[in-house]
Amino acid sequence: MLRFVVCVKAVPEPKAAEELKIDPVTKSLARLDIPLVINPLDRNALEVALLIKEQSAAHITVISMGPPPAGDIVKECLALGADNGILLSDPSFAGADAFVTAYTLAKAIEKVAAVDVVLCGRASSDGATEWVGPELAIFLDMPVVTMVREFVESEGTSWKVKADLENGYRLVQVELPAVFTVTQDVNTPHTLSFSGIIKARKKEITTWGLDDLALPAESVGLKGSPTIVSNLTYVESKRECQIIEGTLEEKVDILINKLVEAGVI
Amino acid sequence: MIDFTFTEEQDLFQKAAREFAETKIAPHVPEMEGTGQSWDPVIKELGEAEMMAITIPEEYGGLGLGAVVRLIALEEIARISVATAMMMQVGGLGIDPIINFGSDEQKKKYLPGLASGERFATVAVTEPTGGSDPKNCRTTYKKQNGSYILNGRKCFITNSHIADTQVVLAVDEDNPEAFSTFILELGMDGFKPTHVEHKVGMRGCNTGEIEMNHCEVPTENLLGQEGKGMRVSMVGISETGRGGMVGCALGLHKACLEASVKFANERILYGKPISRLQGQQFKIAEMKIDLEAGRLLGYRAASIQDKGGRAGNEYAVAKYFTTEAAQRAAKMAADIHGGYGCMEEYPVTRYVRDSFVLGPSAGTSDIMKVIVARWALS
Repeated sequence: MLRFVVCVKAVPEPKAAEELKIDPVTKSLARLDIPLVINPLDRNALEVALLIKEQSAAHITVISMGPPPAGDIVKECLALGADNGILLSDPSFAGADAFVTAYTLAKAIEKVAAVDVVLCGRASSDGATEWVGPELAIFLDMPVVTMVREFVESEGTSWKVKADLENGYRLVQVELPAVFTVTQDVNTPHTLSFSGIIKARKKEITTWGLDDLALPAESVGLKGSPTIVSNLTYVESKRECQIIEGTLEEKVDILINKLVEAGVI
Repeated sequence: MIDFTFTEEQDLFQKAAREFAETKIAPHVPEMEGTGQSWDPVIKELGEAEMMAITIPEEYGGLGLGAVVRLIALEEIARISVATAMMMQVGGLGIDPIINFGSDEQKKKYLPGLASGERFATVAVTEPTGGSDPKNCRTTYKKQNGSYILNGRKCFITNSHIADTQVVLAVDEDNPEAFSTFILELGMDGFKPTHVEHKVGMRGCNTGEIEMNHCEVPTENLLGQEGKGMRVSMVGISETGRGGMVGCALGLHKACLEASVKFANERILYGKPISRLQGQQFKIAEMKIDLEAGRLLGYRAASIQDKGGRAGNEYAVAKYFTTEAAQRAAKMAADIHGGYGCMEEYPVTRYVRDSFVLGPSAGTSDIMKVIVARWALS
């Protein structure tokens, strides 16, 4: 039986993006003030495991690190079809950068014991570093294939995947256990179902804190993070409407000049 | 202590219903609006998404979830398409009498197919003589050679042409005080849908007439006791039917508010968004107040029903309030949109048309007031 671990992150609801506030002290996003959703690419990652589970025996564990409200997205993953969930939640985990997030997740995955496949979204919709997957592979001492858009062969212990490159793709053969990060092209996640929600009633979510992972406090969260965010600012997008007057030919000439001046053409 | 919030699980049901409505129903809305028909794809979607299984007991293939979850689902679907929510709600209205009054054989025969979407249901009470006066029913039955023979016509029947399982009220040919309810199936000799209505709103929601012309119905299709059919038909309408209309109204109301807020924040007049103008703010405030109040009334009634209580009166209050409020909200939403509120590319024109249809369905506002007055005076 294949044993999957899917890493999911609770990210701010994109539709509420305008309500996002930056914490002036920690230079991080105040996530608790707006609704949280499953990072969209992590949902693709979960779907990979679910689709394989439809074809062959598999067990899917979902792991998320975040404050207690992130438990809601773990519950949602169970309703989508995952078998059990683990929430890494501890005040000392707060403020973790990608490096320490990957470290903490890796420690939790080691505690899960035998794992064949670790799946992550290529990036989160808020941080978007794309580092957690590869760093997780380093901490777990597993091979990693990033930006996977197709699982060409996913049987046995040697998998073949198609992964995006800037101008094409790579066909990669990889021995399990391995870490994969996936793009949105890998599948179309199925929608949440009512019967899935009912089935999730019997599924378990375990919460692990610092003591459960037996980690020193200085190795996790903001304290353990080598990344220093010097500043985080709002990007304002302003629109300006200009009415171009004149004959058709004149308008076209003026428009071309404006586009050249703006560096568009 | 009274907790007015959804449980975590109810939040998930809401999320699931919203996701379903936005991804599976929304793409069909333009076609439904354009043709006034095209109901088949959404009916299929409702079945596949287990929406018709919500209230059906698990032992008959349903989800056994109850009235609150049904209301959650209807509200979210109506936010995207009131026409679809209407077909779903009346589908549930056809299921409800089978759950409450059906024999074990009838439940085994019909409910699993209705839960999976293989079958689709409706209830047929209204006749050309009026829906508010069911005792004036002209569709008759008489017992003949071990069967019942039905003759008559029903009109304004939602799902008339798509429901293969129809719960029909008829009066004893020889006794105007005796009413019975029957399960009719499409394909029975003498039973057929006839005229399709073209409504001002809820386009794409199937509404029409059915005709029983010497239709022979086997005795095993009698639903409930012979002569007690009025209760079989009306209990469902007073709770499931009105509750369903509350869901349709709340969803439409929410859509009106969302469209108004979006437009008011984007539309610039006098150098600023019109949402800064107090006149527009007052409209939005009224819509918000009505929506909050309507949700409390509707979910309270559904909660009473789920606890096993009788909620017909509470639903009458909620049905009156929410459908009237949704009509006001649609008018205000169109007003906020100014000239754009008259243009069909803006959904508010659809909301205004749809809001018209909320009132008469499952009992007019005047009938609701009659019920509420009777309750208050009792």
